[in-house]
Amino acid sequence: MSSGAATARWGRWRAPEADRRNAVHPGAWWLWALGLAVAASRTTNPLLLALVVAVSGYVVSARRTDAPWARSYLAFVKLGLLVIAVRVLFSTLLGSPIPGSHLLLTLPEVPLPQWAQGIRIGGPVTAEQLVFALYDGAKLAALLICVGAANALANPARLLKCLPGALYEVGVAVVVAMTFAPNMVADVARLRTARRLRGRPTGGIKAIAQIGLPVLEGALERSVAVAASMDARGYGRSADVPRAVRRTTTVCTLGGLLGVCAGSYGLLAAEGAGYGLPLLAAGLAAAVAGLRLGGRRSLRTRYRPDLFGARSWLVAGSGAAVAALMIWAGSVNPEALHPSVVPLVAPVLPLWPALAVAVGLLPAFVAPVPALAPAVTPVLKESS
Amino acid sequence: MIRFDAVSVTYDEAARPALQGVDLTVPEGELVLLVGPSGVGKSTLLGTVSGLVPHFTGGTLRGRVTVAGRDTRTHRPRELADVVGTVGQDPLAHFVTDTVEDELAYGMESLGLAPAVMRRRVEETLDLLGLAELRERPIATLSGGQRQRVAIGSVLTPHPKVLVLDEPTSALDPAAAEEVLAVLQRLVHDLGTTVLMAEHRLERVVQYADQVILLPGPGQAPVLGTPAEVMAVSPVHPPVVALGRLAGWEPLPLSVRDARRRAAALRERLADVPVPQPTAAPEPVLAPAPAPTPGGRKGWFRRSSAPAAVPAPPGATAAVDRLTVRRGRITALHEVGLTLAPGETVALMGRNGAGKSTLLSALVGLLEPTSGTVSVGGLTPYRTAPAELIRRVGLVPQEPRDLLYADTVAAECEAADADANAPAGTCRALVDELLPGVPDTAHPRDLSEGQRLALALALVLTGRPPLLLLDEPTRGLDYAAKARLVTVLQGLAAKGHTIVLATHDVELAAELAHRVVILADGETVADGPTAEVVVSSPAFAPQIAKILAPQHWLTVTQVREAL
Repeated sequence: MSSGAATARWGRWRAPEADRRNAVHPGAWWLWALGLAVAASRTTNPLLLALVVAVSGYVVSARRTDAPWARSYLAFVKLGLLVIAVRVLFSTLLGSPIPGSHLLLTLPEVPLPQWAQGIRIGGPVTAEQLVFALYDGAKLAALLICVGAANALANPARLLKCLPGALYEVGVAVVVAMTFAPNMVADVARLRTARRLRGRPTGGIKAIAQIGLPVLEGALERSVAVAASMDARGYGRSADVPRAVRRTTTVCTLGGLLGVCAGSYGLLAAEGAGYGLPLLAAGLAAAVAGLRLGGRRSLRTRYRPDLFGARSWLVAGSGAAVAALMIWAGSVNPEALHPSVVPLVAPVLPLWPALAVAVGLLPAFVAPVPALAPAVTPVLKESS
Repeated sequence: MIRFDAVSVTYDEAARPALQGVDLTVPEGELVLLVGPSGVGKSTLLGTVSGLVPHFTGGTLRGRVTVAGRDTRTHRPRELADVVGTVGQDPLAHFVTDTVEDELAYGMESLGLAPAVMRRRVEETLDLLGLAELRERPIATLSGGQRQRVAIGSVLTPHPKVLVLDEPTSALDPAAAEEVLAVLQRLVHDLGTTVLMAEHRLERVVQYADQVILLPGPGQAPVLGTPAEVMAVSPVHPPVVALGRLAGWEPLPLSVRDARRRAAALRERLADVPVPQPTAAPEPVLAPAPAPTPGGRKGWFRRSSAPAAVPAPPGATAAVDRLTVRRGRITALHEVGLTLAPGETVALMGRNGAGKSTLLSALVGLLEPTSGTVSVGGLTPYRTAPAELIRRVGLVPQEPRDLLYADTVAAECEAADADANAPAGTCRALVDELLPGVPDTAHPRDLSEGQRLALALALVLTGRPPLLLLDEPTRGLDYAAKARLVTVLQGLAAKGHTIVLATHDVELAAELAHRVVILADGETVADGPTAEVVVSSPAFAPQIAKILAPQHWLTVTQVREAL
């Protein structure tokens, strides 16, 4: 009896099955992923970076659905590996300012004219420079993979639904545009099949050229049909807004964006630190006011908007915690996060930062479990 | 509810109006059916109601169309969105969001309804259309009938007074079509919605209509009347009406039920007449075209390196033995067996997703069997080079346009001759034989559905394949184009071609097929002579069989010859 009660109590805390009500807010997934990304950007320790990637990978595998966008994680992982490879290759070919003593090999150097001084092609390759390139590439790759994790976990259409009213219609256009890619892939498959039916080879440049035009035509026709359907269903209905309000909206939005740009520049450039912050703040405020006013033109209401509930806060909070802890660790013990390249030493996994990254695993336990996919997928029509 | 005042529509750069002299009123709360041959402007007429013609398509609209008192001249489609709901021919092109529930809510969101109202209406609509189970499903995973119901639901939620539908059941199997029609029936009866719908498959819909608008020909003024009046004069009509006209029944029956009540005398007259058997499959007179001489040696090697195909029964065009095809976790076909004799026409039937297209794909070598064997003319299709295979088997896909790449009909024919190594002009001659009057210089996109099908059929026939496969050939064809297709295919069968049709069209199967194979969930559930298989089946019996059961009459032609 007591064990039953214990199970019931445990059951209350277990993650529920995901449905529309309790789904984690897409914004929360992005905050979590950006937190991991900030943490990754603060270190070049390959062990910590691998840990960040492993954490994101575990959460993705535990909580992704089988929707089309959820398959993008692997693509981002591959992209990350490519980035590392390119970084190392460039370092090998073009040399590096890192002074090194472990000479691995010497490539034949291409003699360059006088005006190209400072650029080197070929020449000696040292272990230090390769390790430095590897660490640097790994950091970039980890950032990309974190973005990939957010992509895989957050439904892009739902995310765009959270945009302010003034931007909603742009958002719908973007979502419709995004459905293009999968449709075009399906078209290509269908037309390649049709080529085979006419007894022609399905590969080769000629085949691509002949398929290309019908695919583009099909995509265009579909977009016109969707546009007609959206128009007939009331897309773009707007309320009457006084002219003065419309003008103010434009001025606020444009002025605000300019302010944001100038302010960011000021913050980043060394000499403008004084005026950067206030300008940025003023710009943001004006832009927000512009969007608010712009929202008045829109009649739209929202059907069952995503709620930022307790589980969403936990997901977003875990990402923020990882970022904060890593920044703090970087100020306390920078050597642990940036293993020395010159002289070359083996990196060690620092205990506390590693534990901090592990906080990012929280969503794998608190986010609702996606429901199993329906077994039936009538896709066979497309094959013929 | 909808008033047309002397409406005519002329598209830009068109020599004559697409629609002319439309002057009629569609009363509130009626189901009005729009009929007529292809190309008379049915879609244009529907478009004027939602305002998409001319606001979206361009062109000039003369006269005036008012819907619930709003003039479409001054109201753009988005301003009519709360009174008119439109569903086009292809439901996939209609969807804006990615799940069923969001799709149902989309129109209401655009109109700015309160969240509580939206929630209530979504739940009501889910129940009304039987979609509650599917509410969280991605639209991409739905079947054809489910998609059509979601499309209708998505325009119903804003509670429009008028529903405009363009061929809502053409792409559906008979059961799914019934589903959709039952929903429309309910809307008209329970909610008082006015429904205006165009449809080619009159045998499915005409009995539900309160009134029928007939567009007799291009540029001719429409005729509005009760279904029985209009059907008595209409050039397009379902088999039940053809039988009624033949037997001189007055008033004309529109449903199988009405006709059966009248048919007692006819059944008696026909009782002693033997039902004409479909002509027995003739001796093969068609040998595969000779292989091209250059590279013949290579071809010989390739063929010999392929595994020995199944020992097909002597004389068979193709044989399928215990064929299983699995895709991912889904078994699309399970231990299917089929032998096809020369000159035989076989109809493959079954609901959407039953495995018809998969079987055709396997026969034409697009799919590798998971287990079992397929042999066509002694070859294993998926191991045979495409250039060789087109001499053995040809498939006209569901969308004939997929087969066409060139800019003109002439270029398309030349390419087909080259592909099949046939003498120049072979394909062009075939096109003229199948459907005279297809211009050489026309772009394949500008052809009518029937012309495009004829062109695709000619391209496939250029290789003289003994086995011809057609996937859903009558989609979008009117009765005239369908009758022509039937004649063409009968001619081909008489020449010794084996023909396999995957189709939902029971009337077509009744006219053409010697044999019917019914698939369900990837398994063969029935395989036998057409009359035996379809007469006993409620879903697959043609109208004439239903009327004259238990006698084995299938088509009006048979009855006419017998009388």
